[in-house]
Amino acid sequence: MSGNGKRGRILVIGGGISGLTAAIEAAEAGADVILVEKEAFLGGRVARMNLYFPKMCPPTCGLEINLRRVKTNPRIRTLTLSTVQSISGDPGSYQATIQKAPRFVNSRCTICGDCVEVCPAERPDAFNQGLSETKAVYIPFESAYPARFVIDEDACQGADACGKCLEACGYGAIDLTMAPETEEVEVDSVIWATGWAPPDAGQFEGLGSGQYANVVNNVTMERLSAPNGPTGGKILRPSDGKGPESVAFVQCAGSRDENYFKHCSGVCCAASLKQARYIREQYPEADIFIFYIDIRAPGRLEDFFSATTEDEKLSLVKGKVANIIEDSSTGNLTVEAEDTLTGRRVAQTVDLVVLATGMIPNGIGDTQVEGGIALDEYGFIAMEQPKGYLAAGVAKRPVDVAACNRDATGVALKALHLSAE
Amino acid sequence: MDKNVAVYLCRGCDIGGALDMDALKDVAADEYDIELCREHDCLCGDEGRSLIAQDVTDGVNSVVVAACSQRFMQDAFTFDSVLTTRVNLREQVVWTHEPNDEDTDMMAQDYLRMGIVRAQKANLPDPLQEEVDRTVMVVGGGVTGLTAAQDAAAAGHQVILIEKGDELGGWMKRWAKGIPHKAPYTDPQPVDVGDQIAAVRANEKITVHTGTSIEKISGGPGQFDVTLRGNGAEPIRVGAIVQATGWKPYDPGKLGHLGYGTSPDVITNVQMEEILASGAIVRPSDGQTPKRIAFIQCAGSRDQDHLPYCSGVCCRATIKQAMMVREMAPDSEAYVLYKDIRSPGQYEAFYQRAQEDTGIFFTKADVTGVQNGGKILKVEAEDTLLGGNIQLEADLVVLATGMVPRSADGELIRQYVDAKAVVAKGEGGAQLENAKVTVEELGYLEDAEILNLGYRQGPDLPVFKHGFPDSHFICFPYESRRTGIYPTGCLRAPQDAQSAQEDGSGGALKAIQALEVTARGEAVHPRWGDMSYPEFALQRCTQCKRCTEECPFGTINEDEKGTPQPNLTRCRRCGICMGACPERIISFKDYSPEIVGSMIKAVNIPDEFDEKPRLLGLICENDAYPALDASGLKRLKHSEWIRFVPVRCLGSVNTVWIADALSSGFDGIILIGCKSGDDYQCHFIKGSELMETRSGNVQEKLKQLALEEERVQIVQVPINEFERLPEIVNAFAEEIDDIGLNPFKGF
Repeated sequence: MSGNGKRGRILVIGGGISGLTAAIEAAEAGADVILVEKEAFLGGRVARMNLYFPKMCPPTCGLEINLRRVKTNPRIRTLTLSTVQSISGDPGSYQATIQKAPRFVNSRCTICGDCVEVCPAERPDAFNQGLSETKAVYIPFESAYPARFVIDEDACQGADACGKCLEACGYGAIDLTMAPETEEVEVDSVIWATGWAPPDAGQFEGLGSGQYANVVNNVTMERLSAPNGPTGGKILRPSDGKGPESVAFVQCAGSRDENYFKHCSGVCCAASLKQARYIREQYPEADIFIFYIDIRAPGRLEDFFSATTEDEKLSLVKGKVANIIEDSSTGNLTVEAEDTLTGRRVAQTVDLVVLATGMIPNGIGDTQVEGGIALDEYGFIAMEQPKGYLAAGVAKRPVDVAACNRDATGVALKALHLSAE
Repeated sequence: MDKNVAVYLCRGCDIGGALDMDALKDVAADEYDIELCREHDCLCGDEGRSLIAQDVTDGVNSVVVAACSQRFMQDAFTFDSVLTTRVNLREQVVWTHEPNDEDTDMMAQDYLRMGIVRAQKANLPDPLQEEVDRTVMVVGGGVTGLTAAQDAAAAGHQVILIEKGDELGGWMKRWAKGIPHKAPYTDPQPVDVGDQIAAVRANEKITVHTGTSIEKISGGPGQFDVTLRGNGAEPIRVGAIVQATGWKPYDPGKLGHLGYGTSPDVITNVQMEEILASGAIVRPSDGQTPKRIAFIQCAGSRDQDHLPYCSGVCCRATIKQAMMVREMAPDSEAYVLYKDIRSPGQYEAFYQRAQEDTGIFFTKADVTGVQNGGKILKVEAEDTLLGGNIQLEADLVVLATGMVPRSADGELIRQYVDAKAVVAKGEGGAQLENAKVTVEELGYLEDAEILNLGYRQGPDLPVFKHGFPDSHFICFPYESRRTGIYPTGCLRAPQDAQSAQEDGSGGALKAIQALEVTARGEAVHPRWGDMSYPEFALQRCTQCKRCTEECPFGTINEDEKGTPQPNLTRCRRCGICMGACPERIISFKDYSPEIVGSMIKAVNIPDEFDEKPRLLGLICENDAYPALDASGLKRLKHSEWIRFVPVRCLGSVNTVWIADALSSGFDGIILIGCKSGDDYQCHFIKGSELMETRSGNVQEKLKQLALEEERVQIVQVPINEFERLPEIVNAFAEEIDDIGLNPFKGF
């Protein structure tokens, strides 16, 4: 096979940055790809980020290019709102059953928005961590792909009770009778690019997540900083909408910790440095404290680390945070830690605490895989798998976006091998 | 074939209700003699599309679709062998302006005029038809290159593997054990590079040349001709190149402050690997087993005076070495003095395991010096976890030095070579003096070439920062500034062996993909699928060399006179050469100084008594344009005076467009592009930066014409700041309004 013929059929599970990259790179090299994404849009976690470190550039810039590649490549079939129920068979001929949830909006949608105007029902906006609301019919974000509205079945009052959108839509794009569908596909290889989710920080004793309004995690912080977020990009503390005058970043919240998650996610240090820059950009006088065990900013991220920490009002404290206490009258928080360099106990009161929580792998979710898929003790997909099974990005190991892209590109090549044999 | 232009006006998505559709039809019919102009309630629907499809069957070959943004419904408006021009009446007009308003109608009509002019002047590109060789060449036979070679071969490609040294396997072949790369991630693992070498040697698809370097590479993707040094044979034709030339240790000779050179018992981590691989842990000075070994991390790394970056692997390499010491010499102790221990991900388990060993001590410390105390070395350190300053006595000190990429800065080498040529010529003057200084300063680049590319811009990949020849894109990590040549492994970024091997696979995929895409006549990153390419009307060329100099991708060579010689498979189709050319001799079938210039001139400029200023917005297609769409979706209003024209890159803007716009009566011009500088966001690397330089010339022109410099502005707006974009445009409109109308209006 010298490249003119078929490059194989690949199922990519997950439409976040790793899955997108694997799908596009393989398809452009000549493979036929089915890209399955459980959300209504492609882009996954990165779509919800404000900026990438270290360039402080918006994820939508690279997504714009990648989504154009998806739109214009007939070799990629994108299935959103879809999950893989089961996979069986052998390398070179796997059968997969895909479950497709109804979108209730068909391809006639022009995103004109007439439906939104008449929709009476609201839902918490998961894209914004529930910090804002959308109508039951909504578009996940401005540049979402597919560029099509979607209806939240749980929030929608239905055709009988309401049906206003059906009347408002001039294009016959709304179909409230859509039902779930299943589809069987056959592929040569499978790439798991299932990514990660943040942990429930409420389980981390003493850190006050879920208990104190002004303790947020780093994922929420991205939404609070994003121009298309619930506050229009203005960083405000949740309890009273006040601009924070002091912020503490608590590194390794639940990570590198025998009691919770033993692994290091490898990205939270650079993510907190990046978020410290968000704060500085908006609040030139704010005091910023980063409590850490080790600052892990490998490679050229050192430049980012040193430039960020030149800031005179940013303090690094080497010590793991033991406890956070709220002053209920002000909503302020006192962060307690031992400074391991001085041996002294530190108690720092701040307006806002950001917990740098890690990345917990999504593994293979509910997919039934014949013969099973080995996970390591942290839940990442183990390095050694049968030949047709591959993992890319954070499904395999916690890494940053650049490393996900790097890895997913290489994995795309491994997926081409089966059809070349 | 003759142009047969038809215009289709969509009434959907509020367009029909907000605009005077008859007036739009009149523009098409009366101003441009368009015979076929149809309206429809929903052009993107089945009925609308079949309407157009029928006309195409009947002979229409250039369609103007005046509807939504070009970023939506591409499938609906793509017809075989038909040039489609999109006119954005939705996001840029009716969603962002007052409905049923004179100014909104004028705006829609201007956009239609521009669209019709494009439909008349532009042509569908014919794909480049070039012979493409599908062989992949891998340069470097370490684990990265071996993996790239194996993976490209496994995908069906012939592979040529070039290794400068006599053996394959690189550094890893010299290591006894490696960092663990699979569960449980707790113990050093055997290195299996021997198996990998054997597999590569046995692979029929892979031809290995050891002890070989590259004398010359000419051509471009799909048709690189590689001459191997001393081979004596004909050049070898390959299609794409994976560069995996790896790393070398940072020069420990520069680490005298850490005791290197003061005692044979101060060694580097690479020397330590060799000691460990020898099977016996003995110190160089007296062959005794060291009882206490101090590992000094970040020796010459994370240090502005040495390597400013972190190599990311030395912490884990030291943990591995400490563990091996403890296994091979259980009575010896290891002290690790670090800035931060970096064992990310599952590798935390490796660090944990080492911490459980009572014979391995870790402390944060700033090492201030290492003294030779006779038989004992004294390590002095501050700010440790052991309380303040310490002096640690050790029998052996291991400096964890970092990785330096084996790259060659092609652009600097070119400067050096050019300077040498000036010196050799020997003609006097300031130029000679400058050249002598350059030759002196860059003398270290003598014989530094690796790839020896026959590119006017230099013989090797340009480097970005700290010697790494990548493009520093987060989204596209393998991209380099030479099409079809992909840096991988520790050459691209410092990394461990596992990542480097994965990198080798990734680079090989990019190489294969470049071949596939080039064979179809399409552009590679970032204008995937683009079939257009630049054409040079060389009879009008003045040999100014701006195109050769400014192309970020080294596409253009020169003959002796300085006439450009484009190598089209190297081209990314950004149009920067077109923007650079003062004679306007470079054009694409569907994008040229003439096409865009005519579109600009098609805008109806009201006379000065109407007091309706006209502004031109030249905006980056990848970032500013989508941001404008997003602001349209949010119904954020922007000034009704502006007319936007999307450009491939700000770097493709030819200043003639600016001059034309000013002379045809535009009152102000705003160029909206991407961030330049170290953290550039321009996908063509230098586009917005080049435009800034060119705008200096524009400002000169403005002065000559006695026009205010504020009339031409460049702004950088990232794609996510779509709420700010209308504000910027509106502020510009106000500023121009304050300055007053262009005095050349009506001339």
